[in-house]
Amino acid sequence: MRKAITTDDLRHILARCVGIEEDGELEGEILDQTFEALGYDSLALMETAAVLQREFGVVIPDDELFNTDTPRALLDRANRAVANAG
Amino acid sequence: MSSRIVITGIGVRAPGASGTKEFWDLLSSGRTATRRISFFDPSPYRSQVAGECDFDPESEGLSAREIRRMDRATQFAVACADDAIVDSGLEVNRLDPHRVGVSLGSAVAASTSLDVEYQILSDAGRRWTVSPEYLSPHMFDYLTPGVMPAELAWRIGAEGPVTMVSNGCTSGLDAVGNAVQVIRDGAADIMLAGATDTPITPIVVACFDAIKATTTYNNDPEHASRPFDASRNGFVLAEGSAMFVLETLEHATNRGAHIYAEVSGYATRSNAYHMTGLKKDGREMAEAIGAALAEARKNPEDLDYINAHGSGTKQNDWHETAALKRSLGLHAYETPVSSIKSMVGHSLGAIGSVEIAASLLAIENNVVPPTANLHEADPECDLDYVPVTARERRVDTVLSVGSGFGGFQSAIVLNRPGGTR
Amino acid sequence: MTTAVVTGLGVVAPNGLGTEDFWKATLDGRDGIGQITRFDPAPYAAKRAGEVLDFDSSEHISVRLLPQTDISTRFALAAADWALVDAEVKPSAHIDYDMSVVTSNAFGGFEFTHRELRKLWSKGPEHVSVYESFAWFYAVNTGQISIRHGMRGPSKALVAEQAGGLDAIGHARRTIRQGVGLVVTGGVDSALDPWGWAAQLSGGRVSATAYQPFDVNASGYIPGEGGAILVVEELAAARRRGTGQVYGAITGYASTFDPAPGSSRPPALRRAIELALADAGLTPTQVDVVFADAAGDSALDLQEAEALSAVFGPSGVPVTAPKALTGRLYSGGGPLDVVAALLSIRDSVIPATANVDEVPADYRIDLVRGEPRYQTVSHALVLARGKWGFNAAIVISALGD
Repeated sequence: MRKAITTDDLRHILARCVGIEEDGELEGEILDQTFEALGYDSLALMETAAVLQREFGVVIPDDELFNTDTPRALLDRANRAVANAG
Repeated sequence: MSSRIVITGIGVRAPGASGTKEFWDLLSSGRTATRRISFFDPSPYRSQVAGECDFDPESEGLSAREIRRMDRATQFAVACADDAIVDSGLEVNRLDPHRVGVSLGSAVAASTSLDVEYQILSDAGRRWTVSPEYLSPHMFDYLTPGVMPAELAWRIGAEGPVTMVSNGCTSGLDAVGNAVQVIRDGAADIMLAGATDTPITPIVVACFDAIKATTTYNNDPEHASRPFDASRNGFVLAEGSAMFVLETLEHATNRGAHIYAEVSGYATRSNAYHMTGLKKDGREMAEAIGAALAEARKNPEDLDYINAHGSGTKQNDWHETAALKRSLGLHAYETPVSSIKSMVGHSLGAIGSVEIAASLLAIENNVVPPTANLHEADPECDLDYVPVTARERRVDTVLSVGSGFGGFQSAIVLNRPGGTR
Repeated sequence: MTTAVVTGLGVVAPNGLGTEDFWKATLDGRDGIGQITRFDPAPYAAKRAGEVLDFDSSEHISVRLLPQTDISTRFALAAADWALVDAEVKPSAHIDYDMSVVTSNAFGGFEFTHRELRKLWSKGPEHVSVYESFAWFYAVNTGQISIRHGMRGPSKALVAEQAGGLDAIGHARRTIRQGVGLVVTGGVDSALDPWGWAAQLSGGRVSATAYQPFDVNASGYIPGEGGAILVVEELAAARRRGTGQVYGAITGYASTFDPAPGSSRPPALRRAIELALADAGLTPTQVDVVFADAAGDSALDLQEAEALSAVFGPSGVPVTAPKALTGRLYSGGGPLDVVAALLSIRDSVIPATANVDEVPADYRIDLVRGEPRYQTVSHALVLARGKWGFNAAIVISALGD
């Protein structure tokens, strides 16, 4: 079974793809803020999804990607894909 | 400021068309010229379809030296410029060079040569520091594309204002709009204006793959560009060029030139929203359309044809349809609207000029070109998009619009001189 | 007739970040040229450039923009911010369609695209960034500035090698005359990655030693990075919003193109100067200083000197080239010279041209050397020439009472 994607993994990816303010930005409550509130646009999500695919082999279809509205939802969706991939 | 500017010469290279006549034959018959990419193996790419030109620089009359020196996009522009000059009947060696200028549009300029040179210099990307010993003597020309309008200026002996307008995918409209302003400012009497782009190269295909802007109808290349159709899923990348001779109405009349149309209105606005995204309301494109009509002193009901941006992405089709309704009101429903990108694809910065060529020929022939591959319109796209078959009708006044990355929204109004109601 | 005036300045230059740093360095004769630090220049014939070393992107640019911008766009965004602050313009207080952006760009986001090409060819197309589609193209700075400040008026990006920056300012004035109240304009460039550097060297005019314009030993130019962004407003509109600060007016502009190589026709720089002066309604004797293009190539320097003496008479006007301290900045060069011209007007001083030991006698120009020359400046002529034959001339004037 492949390794689950951690919050730390996601934070590193977002730092590269979107730019994050500081180390703590994605901790705690912020994980549940909407991408819109965080200022992440659709390109930022696509870039993040592309990295998840390249580095973790996780494929998230576009319509599902754009339906995940928080970092936590994206993490959950990605980890479901990891689990399904076995 | 009130001088009237007309177009008296056309040159065009587009997929399926090595000249103006072939171009119009293609459009008026509703045939498509998109195909599976043949310039390189497209199999590693998400989108494998493009509007390629069968362009042969030698048979275009370019010398071996010129072919070595010029990027493909420059070669296209030169071929079109030669045609436009001949078509205009101007004898360039009898013109005052000081009063002749060039306004060339291009979005990605020498992308073809940059991609090729990079692979050579970097040993196919293996090194960050490139090897200067493999450097092409023309690399500087590819680094900064000022050489492209310069080549055109040398060709026609222009010594007036010469520049490149690089407004992304509205460059082809904005370069012509810029030329009109240069003449109105009194800085030139004659402008060679138009645009060129030859972006069917791995880096450009890959960057549109990344944002999923291009189609994935890889198994049906001829029917891959489907603007306004419910089944569309992205644009088809293409290459092409169109160049025009612009001069004052007085100058053209005095020399007895054939006049295709007057450029009576032009405007551009920015959406200041997103580098690639569009808001659904079409506000800024509507503003550009309104300003262009106002400059042309035309009302929405004067329009006989609207040449759409119609790229075949969902966001564009919704945005553009909303912009037309917002600016034209009920007349948006009554005026035929079509996208020639359904037939020749989207040649980025060049397409605005290619679409001006189509608009001029619509006026010339009193025929509205169709939107090919449109069988079932998206329910939110409820205008008259002239599906599949060209339509004969009196065409005196045309609006052509464009929308591009960076947020640019441009509109140009062309009309038959003296032929308006 | 409307008057286009400059009310705000933003500078990113190799010898100074911000307008006053740059100006002090310029008057003190402090240069920003040195051995390249971004990569090891050892394999290249030329190793010196005007790098901007003290620009910390994270300090000046919103972190959300960092993954999607080339260094040149970061410079442009910062310079635009500074120019608007300098002009005390609050974009939100203006009508969106009454603000435009007209910039020039010679290279686009070149280092950015170098990285993406490298990913493409070494790793595969799926590694190319979503941002490549716009971080590279020449319209990127115009687009990003318009988005950042909500400017929706008619906007453009122009390319004409080193002349493009003055063309942009000329087009900004045209935009003002068409009725737009405020235009953010200018140019910024950078291509100091290994490929960009090699490409610049392939142009054949880069010096391996020093940039010594108009010197007997002129051996080419040193490339630099950066440039300037200006806020240009219609005078009455600027007064209405209550600005106390007007640096000067853009009173003349012209653009010409040289005859094709091998032609026996004369070069077109002189005509650009004459047209710009006529446009400004000035006679040559009214011009107090010329900011020269100063190619640093003996044939081109001679050509420029001849054009100047033809218009102004032998040594008929003080000539200077502060760009000897920064290197040539491509689209950024002309706008940075316009900034220097405006500050010359403000401070009644003409900066000196560095690195010049001896000017050939047949140039017959009054090149300001050694120390700055303190004198009133009412009208300044700024020249820029781009490879392949572009010529642009702009006249900057003190605002009359």
